[in-house]
Amino acid sequence: MSVAETFDPTDLPDAYAMPIEEMDVSDGRLFQYQKHWDYFERLRKEDPVHLTENEEFGRFWSITKFKDIMAVDTNHPVFSNEPSIVIGDPPEDFTLPMFIAMDPPKHDLQRKIVSPTVAPANLAELEPLIRKRVQGILDSLPIGEEFNWVDKVSIELTTQMLATLFDFPFEDRHLLTYWSDTATASDQVGNNYIEEEERKRILWECYDYFVRLWNERQGQGDNPKMDFISLLANDSKTNSMLDDPLEYIGNLILLIVGGNDTTRNSISGGVHALNQFPEQYAKLRNDPSLIPNMVSEIIRWQTPLAHMRRRATQDFELGGKQIKKGDKVVMWYISGNRDETEIDRANEFLIDREKARHHIAFGFGIHRCMGNRLAEMQLKILWEEIMKRFEFVEVVGEPERLQSNFVMGFVKLPVVLHAKK
Amino acid sequence: MPRITYVENNGTEHEVDVEPGMSLMEGAVKNMVPGIDADCGGACACATCHCYIENGYAGKTGEKSDMEASMLDFAEDVTDASRLSCQIPVTDELDGLVVRLPASQH
Repeated sequence: MSVAETFDPTDLPDAYAMPIEEMDVSDGRLFQYQKHWDYFERLRKEDPVHLTENEEFGRFWSITKFKDIMAVDTNHPVFSNEPSIVIGDPPEDFTLPMFIAMDPPKHDLQRKIVSPTVAPANLAELEPLIRKRVQGILDSLPIGEEFNWVDKVSIELTTQMLATLFDFPFEDRHLLTYWSDTATASDQVGNNYIEEEERKRILWECYDYFVRLWNERQGQGDNPKMDFISLLANDSKTNSMLDDPLEYIGNLILLIVGGNDTTRNSISGGVHALNQFPEQYAKLRNDPSLIPNMVSEIIRWQTPLAHMRRRATQDFELGGKQIKKGDKVVMWYISGNRDETEIDRANEFLIDREKARHHIAFGFGIHRCMGNRLAEMQLKILWEEIMKRFEFVEVVGEPERLQSNFVMGFVKLPVVLHAKK
Repeated sequence: MPRITYVENNGTEHEVDVEPGMSLMEGAVKNMVPGIDADCGGACACATCHCYIENGYAGKTGEKSDMEASMLDFAEDVTDASRLSCQIPVTDELDGLVVRLPASQH
């Protein structure tokens, strides 16, 4: 953390203080200190399909408008997900195959094997358990004294959920958060918290742990349990995945990060947004039936994953620019969700927004977030239970955020709870 | 105008007139028929306008594109009658069509 601590955020250049061709949105500190909004606003207006030549990440296109992002996201023959879906390239000896970073047909095959875990039938089974856990967490919180919402609520709830999806030993569940944070602490996403060798070492520990679970869960036949590992270990199309340890690590990280970092930060982001827009909080108190709509608005507002990266398989013209075969193409969901030409009053948080579901935070096309229903369900239950208990979840200090151009993460969100009168 | 009947999963029927040229998805949304979300707005990119076309109308609603088939691959409760309603333009030929809707789109 030493680099981040000695850095003065006012050193980050203002978005309008440079020629447009010099703009580069890949610095993780822009997001950490919330300077990225102006950068993307300028790009959307002046150069919505923008080329950057960056020392660290090479040549990449930034796609910043909703409709252009949609055009890339839905054209998987031209825009490949391989070999990675984040802006930086993985080291050659540690490229992790995972289904989100695969093209059809292998992507389709692997995704279909694990998707039943988060499909409606299984979610309906899980709903009472999730509600009970949310109630347990909320009832254990101190009233009237300051604490970090991120640790006590956002991380705790999503980690418990993740442990259930993997049927992971519950007492060890903090390891999932540790591995998730390690996986996303990478210079591939503009972060310098952990040395790459240390990151690899920790992810191999994750592998070893999950190999034990894999071996225990083999041999369940045609009707495996509904956790991710049982489904992968018992399907003839994936039961030899351990032959390629990197592919097992890759898919583990995909499912751990996908089910953890995202919802965690939307849980924190919702509290923060309602404090920034007190009239919306008042609206919510008057009419809690707005919660399902608010959940979509929170996910748009937070956009927990800022970008997804593709690679052009052929020359392609987009927005008047010539993308060359082999170029990296980065879709900035965080920008598309604030595109005023697609979303009315995009820079306002409106819990009763019309067409709130029309946001791009889950992506569109065949790689659309597999766990989107689970994410919405967790947030919906959480807010229903919060509104039954607390008059006000008050943010009492500035949040601390993660240095990353990928995970829009809260590290600290100090709050004080006020009980319902 | 062609008359379309949308049937919710609980059996509730909505009989509405839909202007030719609109998609079946737009016909439902514009007439406040519940049960179709259409998160992506009609781009064949989210599979939240899933519906079932039955009773011999399948031949009149055109062929699924590869993209539509791929998106349906990841939807729930998919059958041979499944389509994405944003990909079916309403024509005079579809007068009398019955469109069944799934239990949930998301």
